[in-house]
Amino acid sequence: MTWSATARGAHQPDNTAFTQQRLPAWQPLLSAGIALPLFFCAGLAFIGLGLGLYYSSNSIKELEYDYTGGSGLSNCSVCAAAGQGRAPPPRCSCAWYFSLPELFHGPVYLYYELTNFYQNNRRYGVSRDDAQLSGLPSALRHPVNECAPYQLSAAGLPIAPCGAIANSLFNDSFSLWHQRQPGGPYVEVPLDRTGIAWWTDYHIKFRNPPLVNGSLALAFQGTAPPPNWDRPVYELSPDPNNTGFINQDFVVWMRTAALPTFRKLYARIRQGNYSAGLPRGAYRVNITYNYPVRAFGGHKLIIFSSISWMGGKNPFLGIAYLVVGSLCILTGFVMLVVYIRYQDQNDEDEEDE
Amino acid sequence: MWRWVRQQLGFDPPHQSDTRTIYIANRFPLNGLYTPQKFIDNRIISSKLMIDTPTSPITSGLPLFFVITVTAIKQGYEDWLRHISDNEVNAAPVYVVRSGGLVKTRSRNIRVGDIVRVAKDEVFPADLVLLSSDRLDGSCHITTASLDGETNLKTHVAVPETAVLQTLANLDTLIAVIECQQPEADLYRFMGRMIITQQMEEIVRPLGPESLLLRGARLKNTKEIFGVAVYTGMETKMALNYKSKSQKRSAVEKSMNTFLIIYLIILISEAIISTILKYTWQAEEKWDEPWYNQKTEHQRNSSKILKFISDFLAFLVLYNFIIPISLYVTVEMQKFLGSFFIGWDLDLYHEESDQKAHVNTSDLNEELGQVEYVFTDKTGTLTENEMQFRECSINGVKYQEINGRLVSEGPTPDSSDGNLSYFSSISHLATSSSFRTSPENETELIKEHDLFFKAVSLCHTVQISSVQIDGIGDGPWQSNFASSQLEYYASSPDEKALVEAAARFGIVFIGNSEETMEVKTLGKLERYKLLHILEFDSDRRRMSVIVQAPSGEKLLFVKGAESSILPQCIGGEIEKTRIHVDEFALKGLRTLCIAYRQFTSKEYEEIDRRLFEARTALQQREEKLADVFQFIEKDLILLGATAVEDKLQDKVRETIEALRMAGIKVWVLTGDKHETAVSVSLSCGHFHRTMNILELINQKSDSDCAEKLRQLARRITEDHVIQHGLVVDGTSLSLALREHEKLFMEVCRNCSAVLCCRMAPLQKAKVIRLIKISPEKPITLAVGDGANDVSMIQEAHVGIGIMGKEGRQAARNSDYAIARFKFLSKLLFVHGHFYYIRIATLVQYFFYKNVCFITPQFLYQFYCLFSQQTLYDSVYLTLYNICFTSLPILIYSLLEQHIDPHVLQNKPTLYRDISKNRQLSMKTFLYWTILGFSHAFIFFFGSYFLIGKDTSLLGNGQMFGNWTFGTLVFTVMVITVTVKMALETRFWTWINHLVTWGSILFYFIFSLFYGGILWPFLGSQNMYFVFIELLSSGSAWFAIILMVVTCLFLDIVKKVFDRQLHPTNIEKAQLTEANSSIKCLDSMCCFSEGETACASVGRMLERVIGRCSPTHVSRSWSASDPFYTNDRSILTLSTMDSSTC
Repeated sequence: MTWSATARGAHQPDNTAFTQQRLPAWQPLLSAGIALPLFFCAGLAFIGLGLGLYYSSNSIKELEYDYTGGSGLSNCSVCAAAGQGRAPPPRCSCAWYFSLPELFHGPVYLYYELTNFYQNNRRYGVSRDDAQLSGLPSALRHPVNECAPYQLSAAGLPIAPCGAIANSLFNDSFSLWHQRQPGGPYVEVPLDRTGIAWWTDYHIKFRNPPLVNGSLALAFQGTAPPPNWDRPVYELSPDPNNTGFINQDFVVWMRTAALPTFRKLYARIRQGNYSAGLPRGAYRVNITYNYPVRAFGGHKLIIFSSISWMGGKNPFLGIAYLVVGSLCILTGFVMLVVYIRYQDQNDEDEEDE
Repeated sequence: MWRWVRQQLGFDPPHQSDTRTIYIANRFPLNGLYTPQKFIDNRIISSKLMIDTPTSPITSGLPLFFVITVTAIKQGYEDWLRHISDNEVNAAPVYVVRSGGLVKTRSRNIRVGDIVRVAKDEVFPADLVLLSSDRLDGSCHITTASLDGETNLKTHVAVPETAVLQTLANLDTLIAVIECQQPEADLYRFMGRMIITQQMEEIVRPLGPESLLLRGARLKNTKEIFGVAVYTGMETKMALNYKSKSQKRSAVEKSMNTFLIIYLIILISEAIISTILKYTWQAEEKWDEPWYNQKTEHQRNSSKILKFISDFLAFLVLYNFIIPISLYVTVEMQKFLGSFFIGWDLDLYHEESDQKAHVNTSDLNEELGQVEYVFTDKTGTLTENEMQFRECSINGVKYQEINGRLVSEGPTPDSSDGNLSYFSSISHLATSSSFRTSPENETELIKEHDLFFKAVSLCHTVQISSVQIDGIGDGPWQSNFASSQLEYYASSPDEKALVEAAARFGIVFIGNSEETMEVKTLGKLERYKLLHILEFDSDRRRMSVIVQAPSGEKLLFVKGAESSILPQCIGGEIEKTRIHVDEFALKGLRTLCIAYRQFTSKEYEEIDRRLFEARTALQQREEKLADVFQFIEKDLILLGATAVEDKLQDKVRETIEALRMAGIKVWVLTGDKHETAVSVSLSCGHFHRTMNILELINQKSDSDCAEKLRQLARRITEDHVIQHGLVVDGTSLSLALREHEKLFMEVCRNCSAVLCCRMAPLQKAKVIRLIKISPEKPITLAVGDGANDVSMIQEAHVGIGIMGKEGRQAARNSDYAIARFKFLSKLLFVHGHFYYIRIATLVQYFFYKNVCFITPQFLYQFYCLFSQQTLYDSVYLTLYNICFTSLPILIYSLLEQHIDPHVLQNKPTLYRDISKNRQLSMKTFLYWTILGFSHAFIFFFGSYFLIGKDTSLLGNGQMFGNWTFGTLVFTVMVITVTVKMALETRFWTWINHLVTWGSILFYFIFSLFYGGILWPFLGSQNMYFVFIELLSSGSAWFAIILMVVTCLFLDIVKKVFDRQLHPTNIEKAQLTEANSSIKCLDSMCCFSEGETACASVGRMLERVIGRCSPTHVSRSWSASDPFYTNDRSILTLSTMDSSTC
C-alpha cells in the first residue's frame, strides 16, 4: 500500500455496477400480499396431489403373514421351537394357507420381511468386501479385515463371500401353490426369481471371479463358504447366471436395509396364468423354515403386494400431502383474518387522528 | 536491547549481518506457524484423527485441509502483495561503495554497514544514517510522502565529522562504529551514536531521527548523499510497518465464539447421550452381539473402559460436523473480499484530494454497523485543517486581517491605551504587496511590533520549495524575486498560515539552511543564525527556536498553546492578551501565543551544554530533553497571540445530526481551548442552541469535582426534558476519572452531546477505554486525523483515520481511512449496516445448516443401535460444507442489500434496528438453531415415515437400502438449506441466481456422476447407482418436494406474520421502497423516538400504501428528509425529539 500522491484522479474507483454495488437485482418482498395467494395456491395444489397419491396408494393391495411361529397358532411354531436359539437350526418346513375371494391384481410381488434385524449396525454393515464381490481374484483370496470375524475360516482359508452380511444370508425359501377349485389339487404358481435385484448390482457391481477351466467351482477353490452356509457360494443355484456372487437372492441381501424392520423382494409372479394377478381361490405357501430370528426377538413375515408406479402400499405420502395442504390453507385464512383485522384497526387509528 | 552494528569503513567489513537472508527465512515460516494458531485459538480443531472412526480420516480431515488451504491462500495473497511492493524496491539499482569504488548492484544486495550513494529524487533503498551530502553542512532534504503522507520537505543532517567526507576517497579514510537500537516500527524514533576514530582519538556523536534516512523516503533538492545502511530488508522501519497492527476483534466474532461453545456443548452432550444409550442398549446380549453379527476375539476382550472412551470419541467424530469448521474460512473470505467494496465506493472518494477510502483491516467491517459512541477529534476531522490567519493581538492590541490588511479592531473608548489615535491611523497599512513599496507608517507598525512578526516568521519548521533553493547556501538572494514563487511546506498548517500571513505583512521568510534563517523585513535582508530548534510535542504543547540575531543577541522565540505559554510568562501584556485569546476562542479561532526570551551569553552557554548532553544521552533521552526544554522555556516575555480560523468541513453538521438520529452518541475530544471547542461545536451542530450546556471545567480539587458532578447529575434528573450537553476539560476530566468514574459516566450517559477539550492524546484514549469498559460495553468508534489521535484510534473498537493535512499517521494506524468526516455517514449507515446484516446472517446460517446436517445423523443412531453408522456417504459428509452449500451464502454475504443504500443513508434511524448486535442475540440464535433442529427432524422423520414399514418405493418393486435412505435425507437437506438461503436473500443479482440454482444443480450432477461409476480406488462401492435409483422413484420425488415445502412453510409463516404484526423499521422501509417511492408517512418514523409512535405510524402506513393522499404527502414532506434539511429544521426537530417523544 502506498500513500504517495500521484496524478489527479488516479485513485478514483471504477464506476461500474459491481464495484458500486448497483448490480441490477430482483428484490422480492415476502409480504402478506404475496404470501396469501401463494399459500392458497400451494394448499390447493397439495390437497389435489394428496388425494391423488392417497387413492393411488389405496388401490394397492397387500397381504401379509407372520410365520415366525412364536404364538403357537401357526404351524410354523414347531419349526420355531425346534430352532430355538440355534444357528443354523435344523431343516424344517411349514405352510401358510390363505384364500383370495377375488382376483389379486397383478403383477404381484412376493416379499419377506424381518423385524428387529439390524442390518444397519455399523459393525455389520462394513463387514463386506466389495472388491471380492466384484470378482477380483486377489480380493477373493485376501478378504479385507473388516470382514472379521468372518474373514478366514477355522482352517485358515479365506471365506468367500466374506463378512457378516454374507454369512447371515436369509435362507428360508417359499413356494406358492394354488388350489383352483375347493378340494382340487394344488398347482405350483411359478415364481420369477429374476429381476429382484437392482439391474446395476446384478450386472455390474457383483461379478463372479473368472472361471477356471470353465468351472466356477474351481474358481472358488481354496476358499471356504461362510460358516453359517450349508453349501458353497457357487452352488447357490443350479442356474449359472444366478449362482456365485451374482445369485439374485444374495445380491438383494447384500443391499443392507436402512431400518431394523425391512423387506426384501423374494420373487415376482408374472408368468402364465398369473400375469394378471393371483386369481381367486385357496393358496398354500410352503415355507422352508431355516432362519432363526427369535434369538433377537425378530419376526419373519411373508407379504404379497401389488405395485403401482409409486411402489408399494404407502399411505404416508398422500396423508402428508393432505395435511400440509390443509395447513397451508388454514394458515392462509388465519393470515387473511389478521390482515383484515389490522386493517380495520388502522382505519380507526386514522380516524382518531 | 541494543544491537551493535560495527563496521570499519573502508575495509573489508568484518561484521556483516546478512539481513536479507533473515528476511527470506522470516517470511515463510511465519505463514505456516500462523495459520494453525488461529484455529487453536478458535477451538475449532476437534479430535480429528481417532482410532476407531466411523468415517475415514479423510472425510473429517478434508474440510479442515480446505479451511487451512483457503486461509493460506488468502494470506499468501496478502504476502504476494507485499512481495510485489518489495520487489519494486528490491530490484532497483543502487550504488554501493565497495573497496573504495562505486559498485552498481541491486538494492536487495545491500548489507548492513554498506555505504550507499543516493542521487536526487531517488528513493532510499534501506534505512541509512546520513554521512555526507553534496552540501558543506551535510544536510539534505527528503520527503516522506510514501511513508506517512507528509509532503513537506524535511531536513536531515549529518554529523559534522562525516559531513566533510564528500568524495569516495575521503570516505575511504573513515573509521567509525555505529551503535543503534534494535529495529522498531516507530518511524519517528531513532537513537544511536557514532564513534568516529580520528587521529587516534574517538569522537562520539549522537544520532537521532534527523540523521536517519528511511527506506521509502525520497531525496529532494540535494544532488547526492552517502549513507550507511543500518537497517535493511525486513528490518527497515517501512517493512516493520507492514505488519498488521490491528488485533481487534469484532462483537460478531465474540458472539461467534459464544455460539461455538454452545455448539461444542451440544456436540459433547449428543456424544455422551449416544454413548450412554449405546451401553444401556448393549446390556442385552441379543443387541450387543446377535448371532448374525459376532465380534472378533479382539473386540470381545478389549477393556470396557477403553471401549467406552473410544465409543465416546467415535461419536464425537461422527457429530463433529455440527461445529462449522468452514464458517471460519467463509467469514474470513467474506471480510476480505467484502472490504473491497469500501475502497471501491465512489461516494467515499474525495475528488479534490484524489483519495479513496482505505481498509487497513477487514476484520471489523461489521463493527461499523454496531457503533454506539463516536469520538471525534476536532481539528482536521470536523474542520478542514486549512488555516487562515484572521486576527492577532500584539502587545495587548487586537488586529484583524481584512482583505490582506492588518486592521486594528476599534479599541474601546475606555481603553487606557494611549496609542488610540496612532493605531487608528495605521489601520490600513499592511497590504499583501506592502513589501514592495512600503509607506512610512507601515514601517512604523512593523517596527513597533518587529519582534512579534519576527517571532512569527522565525519560530517554525517551515520549509521552502522553489527551484532556487538548491543554491541556498551559496550566495546572496536576488532582491527582485516575487513572493508568489515561494511555496511553504509545513507539517502543521497553523505554522504555514502564520508564516504566510507574516509574509503578507512585510516580513518574508525566505529560507533556511541548516545554520541560518533568512528573513526579509520590508525589503531588507536579515540573517539569523539558527542555534537550536526545540521541536513541538503534544505534551509541552509549544515549540521554540533559539536564534542569534544579526546584532549578536541570542533570542528564544516560543510559540504554543496559551495554557502552556502564559504560565511561563513574566512580562508583556499578559492579562489583555489572555482576554483577547478568550475572545478569539469564542469565535472558534485557533489561538497560539508567542513569547520570547533573551539570553545572556552565559545563560546560553549553559543551555547549549545541557541541550547537547540531553541530545547525546543514550538512555532516557526523552525525559532528559523534556527537563532541559522546561528549563529553557521559562521567564518568557509575552509578545502577543495569533488567531487562525479553521474552516468547517463540508456537511459536518448533517453528519453529526444523522449520527445522533442513528442513536449514536457523539463526543468531541479536542486539544483546543474550551471556548474554541464550544464555538466550533456549536457551529458544527454538535451542540444546539437549545441545549442546556453543562460545564465541568477548571476543577482544581478532587472534592470540588465530585461536588460539581453531583450537582450536574441533579440538574440532569430535574430537567430531563431539555437535551444536555457537557463540556469537560482535560484537568477536570483526569480528576473526575480518578475517583468518580461512576458518577461521571452517569452524567455523560445522560447527556446527548459531550465535548472534552484540552485533552492530551493519552487522555483521549483513556476516555474511550472508560466508555468501553462501562457496564453496557458499548461499541466505540474514534475518528481523527493527527498523530495525537493515534492512541484513541487504536483504543476504540473501530478506529477511523481522516487522511488530512496533518500527515498520515492517523490513517496508517486506523482500521479504516477516509478522506472526509462526512463519509462517516455512508461508511456506518450503509456499509456498516450491510456488512453487519451480511455477516450476522452468515454466522447464523452456518450454524443452522450444520445443525440440519448432523442432527439426522444423530437421530439415525436411535435406529441403528448407536453403532455409529453414518447416514450419509463419506464423500457427501466431506463436500456438504465445501461444495454443496458454500457458495450461495458466500455470495449472499458479499452482495446482499436488504434495503436500498439510499434509504439507509437518508434514514439514519434504521441504524438503530441493528444496534446491540441484535441479529446475533441469543433469541435469534435460538431461533435459527431451533429452526435447524426442526428442519432436521422433518428431513429425517419425513424420510423415515416414507419408508414406513419398508414398502418398495420403486415402480419395479425393488428395494432401497440404507444408503438410499441417507441420500434421500441428504438431497432434501441440500435443497432445503439452499432454498432457505434464497428466502433470506432480498437482493437477487444474476450471481445469486447462478450460485443458488447452480449449487442445487451441481449437487445433482455431481451425485449422478459420483454414483454412476465404480470408483477403482475406493474400498466400498456403497453409493453405486444409489442416487440414480433414488431419482427413478416417483415417491421419492414427491417426498422431496413435500419435505422441502414443509420445512420452508414454517419459516415463511413466521416471516410473514412478523412482518405483518411487528414490522421493524427496516421492513417498513423496504415496503415503502417497494411501493414506488412514496416516503410520506414512513419518514415520520425517523423523528419519533418512541417505538410506539413509530409502530402506529407504521401500521397506518401499511394500509395507506398505494393510496397515499396528497395531503399526507404535503403534511410530512416538510420534514421528510431530515438529512438534508437546513439548520433551522434540525433545531426544531431536536426539540421535538426531546419533548414530544
